[in-house]
Amino acid sequence: MTESILQVVGLGKRFGGLQVTRDLSLDIRRHETHALIGPNGAGKTTFINQLHGGILPDAGTIRFDGVEITREPVHRRALLGVARSFQITSIVAGFTALQNVALAVQARQGHSFRFWKRADDDRRLQEPAMECLRLVNLGGRAQTMAAHLSHGDRRQLEIAIALAMEPKLLLLDEPMAGMGRDESQRLVQLLKSLKGRYTIVMVEHDMDAVFSLADRVSVLVRGSVIATGTPAEISADPAVQAAYLGHQH
Amino acid sequence: MLDNSQQTTLRPSASWSGQQSLRRLAPVIILVGLLALVPVLAEGLEQPFLIRVFTRVVVFAIAAVSLNIVLGVAGLVSLMHAALFGLGGYTVAILAEHGTTELLVLVPAAVLGSGLAAAVFGLIALRTTGAYFIMITLAFNQMFFYFFVALERYGGEEGLQVFAPLDLAGMALGGRTTIFYLCLAVLLAVLVAGTRLVDSRFGMVIRAAAGNDRRVSSVGIAPLSYRLAVFVIAGAVAGLAGALLVVSQTFISPAEMSWVRSGDLIVMVVLGGMATVWGPALGAVVFLLLELLLSALTIHWQLPFGIIIILLVLFLRDGLANLIGALRSGDGGRGHD
Repeated sequence: MTESILQVVGLGKRFGGLQVTRDLSLDIRRHETHALIGPNGAGKTTFINQLHGGILPDAGTIRFDGVEITREPVHRRALLGVARSFQITSIVAGFTALQNVALAVQARQGHSFRFWKRADDDRRLQEPAMECLRLVNLGGRAQTMAAHLSHGDRRQLEIAIALAMEPKLLLLDEPMAGMGRDESQRLVQLLKSLKGRYTIVMVEHDMDAVFSLADRVSVLVRGSVIATGTPAEISADPAVQAAYLGHQH
Repeated sequence: MLDNSQQTTLRPSASWSGQQSLRRLAPVIILVGLLALVPVLAEGLEQPFLIRVFTRVVVFAIAAVSLNIVLGVAGLVSLMHAALFGLGGYTVAILAEHGTTELLVLVPAAVLGSGLAAAVFGLIALRTTGAYFIMITLAFNQMFFYFFVALERYGGEEGLQVFAPLDLAGMALGGRTTIFYLCLAVLLAVLVAGTRLVDSRFGMVIRAAAGNDRRVSSVGIAPLSYRLAVFVIAGAVAGLAGALLVVSQTFISPAEMSWVRSGDLIVMVVLGGMATVWGPALGAVVFLLLELLLSALTIHWQLPFGIIIILLVLFLRDGLANLIGALRSGDGGRGHD
């Protein structure tokens, strides 16, 4: 049994009358790629938000790499090694691609109460940032304003930002959403190259991507995990077929 | 052309990037260089009162530049900048009333006092965002205003006159020309330091947080402490400007710290342009000279003044600084936008 890096136990979250996360428990193993699937409204993004810290749960605990982080704020989790991409891309539109990544590099190098030296001339920022951009094939767009990047490039930029954080856990919320076929293909290739080096938890609707990337898959229905297993086990599970795959095919 | 309205809350940060250090300082040097000619011209034209007028202009330029670090760079619409400005002025005036005349004591005391006030009130105000931040800073501003209105011991509504002559490093401060150049030197220092700050790691964090708060916390930086720091720095510089106001006109009244004055400062910033550090200094020059010119023509000067400001802001969407940039590059706009 491989060591687990993330343990979620009995997580619960209610928005008014709506129970969006219901006694959710899940173990994520170190360096696995774990896909979360489930019908719309199953609470996948809310769950990711609770791992990331943007939403705090009403009940349950989250342990990450030996530390309980259930109530830790977003920035502290980030420093512990939790990085994410957003379902709706979240970048600083007025920065260049390179500056967006440099910000993440800078966050890892301690406090930013440095008032004099120009960040754009700082090789300790620019070189690691450029490295991450090249890794996601955005090296040629380093000086492009993030606002002017194509949708696919922005998603890749988000991943570059996440990688610059030297994360232990990568949360990807629908990384393929809104992408064309070619762009999706490129992203799948990119994620394949990252697989095994990072622990990845991804929410994804593109089943081809899920089945080609994931080591294990968990199925969320109405806020709880109804099944976890290898892609083959999941596609053979009758409960899953009834709850989810059945609707798709 | 920007479809990502969720991610872009303020435009100004767009034009900060990708310029070289010296090129960025060129407008600063030109602006300060032109202002440095004022005493010479004023003496030549035998209009020495112009030196006093321009000293006031330079003082407000310092205040406007400091406000822009909060407003244009950090994206925080603060209406308490006049209070921090006035507090610096009152610190000097009150200490002078009690016999302290050394600027090397008075000015640091004003800077410290306003910085401290910015820290305390900023810590509370920065818990809020958007319209609430505007309202709470407005309320704080008026608290200070009415405090000094009620402070009969130090002149109350009438204001406080500084009678004692002030010294700089033990020597008498001298005439209005010396004071003008002293203020201009401070403006230059503030502009250079401001330009460095905006491009520094610290500047990256506050600009990013203005555009996308969530992104900043997601990479592991808590924006609040950086916002507080920028609020304190700008507040301290506002205190410095207020101190220089009292040094130059030997008088301060609560009128300098009413919320209307905060509004004036915002107009100077927007008029000059938020996208550069030096734009608001130019805004202050134009604002105050326009005020002077129009009020000499008619007592109803505020009407044409308002109309001119509205037209300028409407037609120069990024302020006078952008107009000059456009004329210089000859492309009539801001490149790809």
